[in-house]
Amino acid sequence: MTTEAVDSTEAVGTVAPAADAGFLQRHGGTIEYVLIPGAALAGALVVFGIFVAMFGKNPLDLYFYMYYGAFGTWFSWQNTLTRAAPLILTALCTALPAQLGMVIIGGEGALLIGALSATSAALALQGLPPLIVQIAMVVAGVIGGGLWVMLSGALRQYRGVNETISSLLLVYIALAVLNHLVEGAMRDPASLNKPSTREIGAANMIGTIPGTDVHWGLVFGLIAAIAAYILIYHTVFGFAARVAGGNIRAAKIVGLGVSKLILTICFLAGGAAGLAGMVEVAAVQGRTNANLAAGYGFTGILVAFLARHNPLAIIPVAILLGGISASGGLLQRRLGLPDASVLVLQGIIFVFVLASDALYGRIGFLKGKS
Amino acid sequence: MIIGEMPPPSGAFGVDAIAMTMRFGDFVALDNVELKVRPGSFHALLGENGAGKSTLVKCIMGYYHATEGDILVGGREQAVGNPKDAHALGLGMVYQHFTLVPAMTVAENLVLARDDVPAVVNWSSEMKDLEAFLARMPFKVPLSARVSDISAGERQKCEILKQLYLKRRFLILDEPTSVLTPAEADEVLGMLRDMVVKGELTILMITHKFREVMAFADDVTILRRGKLAGAGRVAELTPDAMARTMIGAEELTVQPPRTGEAGTARLELERVRALDDAGAIAVHNVSLTVRAGEIVGIAGVSGNGQRQLVEVLAGQREAEGGEIRVAGDPYHASREEMRRHKMSLLPEEPLKNACVGGMSVADNIAFREFDRAPFASGGWWLNRGAFRDDAKKKIAQYKIKTRTPDTPISALSGGNVQRAVLARELGGDVEVLIAANPCFGLDFAAVAQIHAEIMAARNRGAAVLLVSEDLDELLELSDRLVVMFHGEFVYEARTSEADLTVVGRHMAGH
Repeated sequence: MTTEAVDSTEAVGTVAPAADAGFLQRHGGTIEYVLIPGAALAGALVVFGIFVAMFGKNPLDLYFYMYYGAFGTWFSWQNTLTRAAPLILTALCTALPAQLGMVIIGGEGALLIGALSATSAALALQGLPPLIVQIAMVVAGVIGGGLWVMLSGALRQYRGVNETISSLLLVYIALAVLNHLVEGAMRDPASLNKPSTREIGAANMIGTIPGTDVHWGLVFGLIAAIAAYILIYHTVFGFAARVAGGNIRAAKIVGLGVSKLILTICFLAGGAAGLAGMVEVAAVQGRTNANLAAGYGFTGILVAFLARHNPLAIIPVAILLGGISASGGLLQRRLGLPDASVLVLQGIIFVFVLASDALYGRIGFLKGKS
Repeated sequence: MIIGEMPPPSGAFGVDAIAMTMRFGDFVALDNVELKVRPGSFHALLGENGAGKSTLVKCIMGYYHATEGDILVGGREQAVGNPKDAHALGLGMVYQHFTLVPAMTVAENLVLARDDVPAVVNWSSEMKDLEAFLARMPFKVPLSARVSDISAGERQKCEILKQLYLKRRFLILDEPTSVLTPAEADEVLGMLRDMVVKGELTILMITHKFREVMAFADDVTILRRGKLAGAGRVAELTPDAMARTMIGAEELTVQPPRTGEAGTARLELERVRALDDAGAIAVHNVSLTVRAGEIVGIAGVSGNGQRQLVEVLAGQREAEGGEIRVAGDPYHASREEMRRHKMSLLPEEPLKNACVGGMSVADNIAFREFDRAPFASGGWWLNRGAFRDDAKKKIAQYKIKTRTPDTPISALSGGNVQRAVLARELGGDVEVLIAANPCFGLDFAAVAQIHAEIMAARNRGAAVLLVSEDLDELLELSDRLVVMFHGEFVYEARTSEADLTVVGRHMAGH
């Protein structure tokens, strides 16, 4: 806001050391990124408390059980972490394209296609050593999900189709493809009430981290988030993506291949969500059926926005939202609230987070004196 | 001081700023500055970027609250708490960039700007009022034309008319002529000058152009680094004296003399065609050759296809047809071709066209080289230390004023953003340079530096294509001059032999 103030403070042609103008001035920006989403979350909890109070329940009980169900015991921690694993991966599906200025909300579709691809690979390779089957499942899941979101990227780049709409609509197509296959060509004749594919086999499941009930999918998620962070902030590719995402005209004037960036980022984003689908099959469900459409893809959008698309910030945010969803069961049992009430909370959080976007750079005391 | 008397509702009144001090934290943007604008005068406010001109007028308009000092409007002390207060007092400001809604007509824009737009607008009576208003004004603008369809000159007239329509009698103009041709600038300023002479208006104009100060202003106030450097009657001053006061002891970059002869063809355009955003033909079968060690200037009134032509060369727009060759090879604006042919681009509005505002100065300086050693290890891992070292060197060499190399480039002033782009584009070897209005809206020191760099690149054997709306700049720098009109090249001459009236006629399409 005070361009003049900035540029004439310094002697010409020198790089003056940053004036030590107090903690807030130096860290105001960083604090903002923690404070504003935190306040949005708190605001959402208050509104949800009012909502619950209308059902005649005590909001303080609600907050206690939410905490208890999410982080109160080792058992609830494990439940939370198990749910956080796919959220980290689906959040990357929104956060990576966001670096290029794209809003992709179709992580759910890539998750389903990834699950279907991984299941197909496992079923095709029955009898091979489990490690090989598992690696094939990872590869198939990543490629399946990756191509699915890349389709949205290609539609945008070559046909000018809005990627937000196309990625959302592709979720429904993915669901239709999944239903078509599990009720038809890939159906296990033994699955009567719930059409499913055949089991991938207990030996091919990826199992749990020793000493816990948390499956290895959490490690996949952590590795993917860290790798995404390194990719965006420490590699040539990530730099080019940030240039193109920041200003497409500047990217073109220095000759960066924007199409290639868009397609690659979309592939990696979809690959992350596809990996989430693979994890859900190989660690939880053991087969593909409509249970996979559990909304992880959509919650991932919320995680990405709360984390402001920073791959590292996604990890704690995913754990937080995993905790909220883990507490749903306890709320149902102790407070008699419908299981879906945590979805109401998620919806309220989303509204608050989107609205809080307007606050960045406008909080007086964070601006210091300048 | 007259207490308790409102400024006259019509006619000119003066504004005084007394002992204005404005601090931002520890930094003093204005230090005890005095400004006295006499009623019914044309006052110029001169100063380099960062001298405090904008801060001063923003204090007058109520955007900032001065730390100390008073504002007198019509001789009466006024507390201007916000722009609305300023408007109520009859103060108006015309910005460097347009504030009209392009998709609406001129009449709609004028009515829209009023504070009291009724819920249902009676257009027939409004149009009658507007026509009556226009009849009293020296400018004519087509009321029912859409703003997107009228020229930059007409838009600037609309901006000024809007202020007059809102009954503002003290106008602050922030570099009003930076988007106009010299003829348009003279016309607009001349008409404003007439209104000032008739006592209908007082004008305070922020500018860099001494020619305009000499021709139109009565008084001048010069700021330097937040302090009053001088003030007086224009008639008693010379441009040299004003320049010295403005720049102080700072040395302007000296432009190297033109040396060497043009060599072989470096950049060739053959029947290049391009469309504008609306899909209409903007560039129509243009052919041109630029040789090594030569500056070819493209003159023309804004909006005759120059922008689209530059965008094609910069890779920001697909050509519809024709061929571009660099050093004999076909050219499609890929990174590899730009690198092989050592191409550099200095686009207009660098923040919009060549920088990422949210990324740091160091990052922006590295856009051309970040994927090579020493910036990248092994072709993929960014070496942050190299970014910072290179940026520090270039910040010093190109006199970029920034707090640190890690400051976001959007925090820099226009001149310093362009210096950063200059450092990036001209920091290495250059064989082909394409520059479009590189000095648009910049101050003296920046203009001198950019002109010197362009001439130096030419002398080192670069082929330079300089597209500019500033004819003086083209006459000063180019070896050959081409005039573009309606997407075609309509005139070409050696600059030394060009007849200015003929050039002007071709620019206007005759």
